[in-house]
Amino acid sequence: MRDLTDRALDTANSLGAEYADVRVVRRLEESISVKTGRVEGVAIGETEGFGIRVLVDGAWGFASSNRLESGEADRVAGLAVRIAKASATALRNRVVLDSRPAAHGTYETPLTEDPFTVPLETKIDDLVTADRLAAEVKGIAFTESMYAAQREWKTFAATDGSFVEQTITHIGAGLEANAIEGDEHQRRSYPDAGGGYSAAGYEFIRSLNLKDHAEAYAEEAVALLSAPQCEPGRKTIILDPSQLYLQLHESCGHPSELDRVFGTEASYAGTSFLTTDKLDEGFRYGSDQITIVADATAVHGMGTFGWDDEGVAAQAVPLVKEGIFVGYLSSRETAPRIGRQSGGAMRADGWNRIPLIRMTNVNLLPVPGKSLDEIVADTDDGLYLASNRSWSIDDRRLNFQFATEVAYEIKGGKKGRLFKNPTYTGITYEFWRSCDAVADERSFVMLGTPNCGKGEPGQTGHVGHAVSGARFRNVQVGVGKW
Amino acid sequence: MVSRVTTPDDPAVDSLRLAEDVLGQALKAGASEAEVLVTGDDSYLTRFANSEIHQNVAETNRSVNLRFVDGKRIAVLSSGRTDDEGLRNLVERAAAIAKTVEELDDWAGLPGPADGITVQPAATWAAPTADATPELRAEGVRAVIAAADAAGVVAYGSFSTGEDSIAVANSAGIRAAERRSSSQLITVHMSPGGGNGYAEMVSMDVSTIDAAAIGREAATKARASDNAVGLAPGDYPVVLEEYAVVDITDMLGYLGFSALAVQEGRSFVEPGKRIGSDLVTIVDDGADAAGLPMSFDYEGVGKERVMLVQHGICRGVVYDSQTAARDGRRSTGHGLPAPNPYGPFPLNTVMSAGATSRDDLIGGLDRGLLVTRFHYTNPVHPKLAIITGMTRDGTFLVEDGKIVGPVRNLRYTQSYLDALAGVSAVSSTRKTIKGFLGGAVIPAVRIDAWTFTGATEH
Repeated sequence: MRDLTDRALDTANSLGAEYADVRVVRRLEESISVKTGRVEGVAIGETEGFGIRVLVDGAWGFASSNRLESGEADRVAGLAVRIAKASATALRNRVVLDSRPAAHGTYETPLTEDPFTVPLETKIDDLVTADRLAAEVKGIAFTESMYAAQREWKTFAATDGSFVEQTITHIGAGLEANAIEGDEHQRRSYPDAGGGYSAAGYEFIRSLNLKDHAEAYAEEAVALLSAPQCEPGRKTIILDPSQLYLQLHESCGHPSELDRVFGTEASYAGTSFLTTDKLDEGFRYGSDQITIVADATAVHGMGTFGWDDEGVAAQAVPLVKEGIFVGYLSSRETAPRIGRQSGGAMRADGWNRIPLIRMTNVNLLPVPGKSLDEIVADTDDGLYLASNRSWSIDDRRLNFQFATEVAYEIKGGKKGRLFKNPTYTGITYEFWRSCDAVADERSFVMLGTPNCGKGEPGQTGHVGHAVSGARFRNVQVGVGKW
Repeated sequence: MVSRVTTPDDPAVDSLRLAEDVLGQALKAGASEAEVLVTGDDSYLTRFANSEIHQNVAETNRSVNLRFVDGKRIAVLSSGRTDDEGLRNLVERAAAIAKTVEELDDWAGLPGPADGITVQPAATWAAPTADATPELRAEGVRAVIAAADAAGVVAYGSFSTGEDSIAVANSAGIRAAERRSSSQLITVHMSPGGGNGYAEMVSMDVSTIDAAAIGREAATKARASDNAVGLAPGDYPVVLEEYAVVDITDMLGYLGFSALAVQEGRSFVEPGKRIGSDLVTIVDDGADAAGLPMSFDYEGVGKERVMLVQHGICRGVVYDSQTAARDGRRSTGHGLPAPNPYGPFPLNTVMSAGATSRDDLIGGLDRGLLVTRFHYTNPVHPKLAIITGMTRDGTFLVEDGKIVGPVRNLRYTQSYLDALAGVSAVSSTRKTIKGFLGGAVIPAVRIDAWTFTGATEH
């Protein structure tokens, strides 16, 4: 591998690049999809290639290829330089990177049971058994279950002498039970909508214990068909970790990306309300219950690694401290513009994409004191919302609206009857300021999403979120009419 | 055989040769049926922000997707390795896995050449797009930026060009190969006064993209939306520009116009059911030269023109080979690469133009809103096609048929079916736009009522 990376970097250097880095990535993926008790698809995919990023005349160029050959390395390096020179014809500010020590070393996701050596029959059986239990519940129209594992072997090398090798493994599974009656379509998902994910081995799938939860979730999907509609009003809500993580993702993770703040995602995903003046002024993002850290070292997080994709070591970066906005997700290019060093958040979706600022593991830290159950017990009148069904937020990450699969009424400190079609909406900072209780570490759990979209051409990121559950006051619930 | 060879060095020819080679290996390895899809990609994207190029990328890629069938047991493997050893491993592994999976009791077999009706497009590829250089894209970006500079606004966007080669060979006799090209220029211009404007142009042939015109359209819109004021949410009549309408057609295609969605009971589609006003006609047409044409799907089945909505009435849905077999009919040529638990989708949506000029669309609003574009839309109630999302990049209050000024962006929670039913006018002109399902040909529309449920600060 070193021959190829050296060749690419040498060629880029000889053609005038003032800086270059190259990533060689091999990705192996395995997935199983089951629908209503039968295996619909078993798929295994493998892709490998390399991408070269160069700085020429202060402008970026990038080119990539799936052909791991020395001649191709020359061609692709030459193309990257030519592209950078074209970029320089429409450049107003030369790119300046922060300094960092050259990166050296290896990293591997810690795991117990390698998912790629567990027999396929075992994985299919675990999934089909659970799916059939859900499908057999009376009133279920169809079920869908999935298993997915991904392993990446990544080599990063740069003209500053950096050379890093990493092996990252992610795994996930989940089941979804669907009940349909007339125009009503209700769904319950375990462990989360879209499945539960972790940086781990097959031991994570075993810990989910899908089959022991299948029937209960399916029964709840059926029960939702005849449950009353979640009525509109301003209410106290408690977000289960299965919803809170996505709230955190959309309304804290994305607006904290410094490239969005500087406008470089403006034409696609949008910008951010967290402008740099808010960092300087100590903007109150949330209540004093809210402390958020982007932690690329967290155990089992899908945003955990040894080094990011421009060779910056993994670190924990505070974003919000006791409600005050204190930091961004950043890169070597963006951090110097606010007088800081990169927080190590540059991640690329494979060999054929450039690294972008992405979430690592954006975690809402637990607050010692009350467990999630004790917060429910401390709530006279409210709703407990679980498992995401729909999400949307404006292009500056202010106005959001979420729907969850289920709401449980809370009366006198107890969870009671179900409501269907719950939604809630708000303005990001008003919502986080309305939080009066974050649960303690007893329900603190690392969740994640494997489908975070960003960039042009599109990239899909795997990110983690550890949360424990939290309570919010005076939230607008029940949007829309049907 | 569906094949469109453009030049002697057409990469689709080589891709088909590779597909046939892998097919032969799979049959030798014991496959009772096999399908090989080879995709090649040479794509480029130049991205700009703050009126300068900040990202500029190129990709050369090729992938082989093998559907290996052993009786009724199926395994799908894909690989980016196309060397002899890589392909041999792919086939051997597929054969081994196919022996371990359960049978699909209703497996109907791979489609054959007679299983589809092809409506052949005039062309799917243009040499200027395939030959586009980094310098050409930079020149286009500079033209967009110049238009922004002239208006005192700042440009953000992207200019992409690329070509794909697609080849399918299967044991039932399908041989399909095609070279396709596409280009897209989008820009959001931002004004110091807080205004935003959006413009987009999509074409198979990059030489038809007028970068300066795109820059001027977005600049004019950005300036016009300066100093927006708040407006109370509620029900308003709207005029939706093409950039917004494409979200309606795509979302309905995703949620309902798929045979699998109907078979699973989660679609709103019922043949003969009225879901739109008489003015609404939507087809899926892979041959429409105004879109991004394609002759066949990822199973190699020729693309059929499918009437989805005719004068407001549901007429049909799109099929792949498996959903077609369940309904005892032929595929319409809308299959995605195997394995595909999501079912077929309409990838070439074309909505019919109406007879109303753009000025008259707005002129017909007593008091309503002109919406440029939607942002981050998502289903709240899929079966009723209730969607939430935000307006973006230019929202204006219209009174007595005239634009009176910009308003801050609003959130909506709206049934897209009710929206189609409320269409009272359709523009006589259309734009080609890349939606999330593919290239679409879309008019602007006027809709009698649209439910806005929230507001934001910009």
